[in-house]
Amino acid sequence: MVIAAILLIGVLWSLFTAARAADPLMGAHAAMFLIAMTVGAFALISHLSSGHVVDENAYETGIVKAGVVASVFWGIAGFLVGVVIAAQLAFPSLLYFPELAWTNFGRLRPLHTSAVIFAFGGNVLIATSFYVVQRTSRARLWGGLTPWFVFWGYNLFIVIAATGYLMGITQSKEYAEPEWYADIWLTIVWVAYLLVFLGTLLKRKEPHIYVANWFYLAFIVTIAMLHIVNNLAVPVSLTGSKSYSLFSGVQDALTQWWYGHNAVGFFLTAGFLAIMYYFIPKKAERPVYSYRLSIVHFWSLIFLYIWAGPHHLHYTALPEWAQTLGMTFSIMLWMPSWGGMINGLMTLSGAWDKLRTDPVLRMMVVSVAFYGMSTFEGPLMSIRSVNSLSHYTDWTIGHVHSGALGWVGYISFGALYCLVPWLWKRKALYSRALVEWHFWISTLGILLYITSMWVSGIMQGLMWRAYNEFGFLEFSFVETVEAMHPYYIIRMVGGLLFLIGAFVMAYNLWRTARGDIREKEYARDAALAAAPAE
Amino acid sequence: MTDKEIDEPTGVETTGHEWDGIKELNNPLPRWWLIILWITVIWSVIYWVLMPSWPGITGHFAGLRNHSERANVDAAIAALETERSAQMQQLLSATSIDEIERDPQLLQFAMNAGGSLFGDNCATCHGAGGQGFVGYPSLVDDTWLWGGTLDDIQKTLHHGIRSTHPETRLSIMMAYGETGAFSSDQIDDLVEYVTYLSGREADSEAVVRARADFTQQCVSCHGADGTGDPQQGAPDLTDAIWLYGGDRKDLRETLYYGRAGVMPHWTERLSDEQITALAVYVHSLGGGE
Repeated sequence: MVIAAILLIGVLWSLFTAARAADPLMGAHAAMFLIAMTVGAFALISHLSSGHVVDENAYETGIVKAGVVASVFWGIAGFLVGVVIAAQLAFPSLLYFPELAWTNFGRLRPLHTSAVIFAFGGNVLIATSFYVVQRTSRARLWGGLTPWFVFWGYNLFIVIAATGYLMGITQSKEYAEPEWYADIWLTIVWVAYLLVFLGTLLKRKEPHIYVANWFYLAFIVTIAMLHIVNNLAVPVSLTGSKSYSLFSGVQDALTQWWYGHNAVGFFLTAGFLAIMYYFIPKKAERPVYSYRLSIVHFWSLIFLYIWAGPHHLHYTALPEWAQTLGMTFSIMLWMPSWGGMINGLMTLSGAWDKLRTDPVLRMMVVSVAFYGMSTFEGPLMSIRSVNSLSHYTDWTIGHVHSGALGWVGYISFGALYCLVPWLWKRKALYSRALVEWHFWISTLGILLYITSMWVSGIMQGLMWRAYNEFGFLEFSFVETVEAMHPYYIIRMVGGLLFLIGAFVMAYNLWRTARGDIREKEYARDAALAAAPAE
Repeated sequence: MTDKEIDEPTGVETTGHEWDGIKELNNPLPRWWLIILWITVIWSVIYWVLMPSWPGITGHFAGLRNHSERANVDAAIAALETERSAQMQQLLSATSIDEIERDPQLLQFAMNAGGSLFGDNCATCHGAGGQGFVGYPSLVDDTWLWGGTLDDIQKTLHHGIRSTHPETRLSIMMAYGETGAFSSDQIDDLVEYVTYLSGREADSEAVVRARADFTQQCVSCHGADGTGDPQQGAPDLTDAIWLYGGDRKDLRETLYYGRAGVMPHWTERLSDEQITALAVYVHSLGGGE
């Protein structure tokens, strides 16, 4: 009923706005909304009239399958745009097309960040959370069709956001570029997501709530809060795309980085820790290392992360006391972050030999290692004197990507490699050898990416602060740009390798879902298992 | 609590919970983990006591060290300015490039200051080495639109060219085609004439046809022989140096649409001493007169 009401209101609003749009961009978006709402309404009616009966005792797996497909699709799209903009940075004049505004770096960059974080990462989180919460609660997803509303609603938001960037719609807040109407839509979808998750937890048949679900819940609740506060804005017109933020000046900057840093903390850390807490013990077939550690590191992570944002604004108009607090809370965050790494790695105790034979498990363990590395690097970079060198340089980009490619990427790939055979009820993956290829190609890519950005970032920082004997700057800005050129090429190659790895995965997953299997790879295992141990 | 059991490979007790086959071990918090956590907490508390930290209703705690990053920056800049003031004063009172060049120490200072200022302010258009681009004059050759003596360069920097400064240097290359002053054929002929002036092969009939137009419209700035006039910022048309390109196509565009590149004036952004240093640097780039 509620979904029907939302769709109806959506149809009316978008019809009205499409007809009276204050600017053509808004008209285009309203038309897209109108199409989506109408298709949604028809789907709802046809579903209701089909008299389809749901088995309340069976898990809802269709939506997880849809989430897996969407994740792979958006992942490849996002990585591809990443490679394109890396090439633009390496060869700026070669890939500059003034007559095609949408190919401009300024529009493609938010397309890349949103596609990998929200489209790829978000779909992975939605799919895995819907899978995990059902299994660990022994309950079907709550809310009938609401999970489907969440899935399609979220992906509609992605499409609105992505097309908006290409058309030039932005409110210029990093990682929160979509305008007010897209933000309102996401809020509705996100509340529905929270309700589905909470509803499923409430009807669980297990006495306790599993640790992965604490992390998922923290992620959903906090992202809602961050999203709403940072996007508070007044639209210029109810039929126009432009709005003005409620905040200005340094307050705006602080709110933005409170949001931005916790998008990292609660979207890319807490959410993906939840994935780790389910898929690593499951795949290693070992118990979680320490229950007590999971409690202590969960609460300390949640409590400390939310204060760390000001470290993005060292040496700015932000008052020094706020910088101090941001920095010290980031330092204290080091061990709470590492608690997750310890619990992930030590869960392998008693099963370390599986790293040699199971490339999927290895991928997830390497992911946790990257997590440990970037959560050490983060507090280090938040120290003000370190930050005075690293800030505004490529070091930051390298840091983000060791977390994004290494941690978020690998734990997601691991989860996808687990989910596809489970969901499509296949005995095993189509090919383990292809997983090996994926692993080594993209690991090489990540290493090229991170190391080139370390070198170029530190070099850039040192060049910016180089003075001659009279206290004048040694280098002009353009000289520092020129010096970075070779590293930008290496970074582009690294990104390309990561993208190739993702294509290998997509092929492997597709063949797995189809039910294919490379028998000869598995025949050897069977032979080994049959032979008596010496 | 359900069945606690001993996990075989590790010998640790489980908590007795189980979800979808996942159990939990009852390991304690790793000691090193806890110790480092407490160290970071204690370090943070000490840092808060020493440095500006927690806010209150009316202000914030300033910290025992009374540290202020902004005051430090102000002090550092003031110290640098004091250190430089003698040499800056010398630059300000210098009346000619010779005077600066006679004092090697002052010259070195001016070159360093000028080089740094050039990188920050000029390299964007004129290139890191001053080599220029289409539409942005090269500063390393012997050809100067507005003169290449130290005074000329200084004046260009102060006032700019077609800038917003009231005393800006100003010259106009008219849009002869767009305004209808010349027909398309006349412009084609003039293109041949200018090509001929710069010593290249040209259609001799067109050159003859264009002579009257050139005399009437172009000579007042570019001179009868086309060698230009630095007093008016009129370029020499007989050499091989072309700000907007010397091909027939480029010349035609120049004649048809005119040209009006802007060099901003720097009095609002740079001090007089800085402009002198910059002029010394640009003068040294290769083509100073």
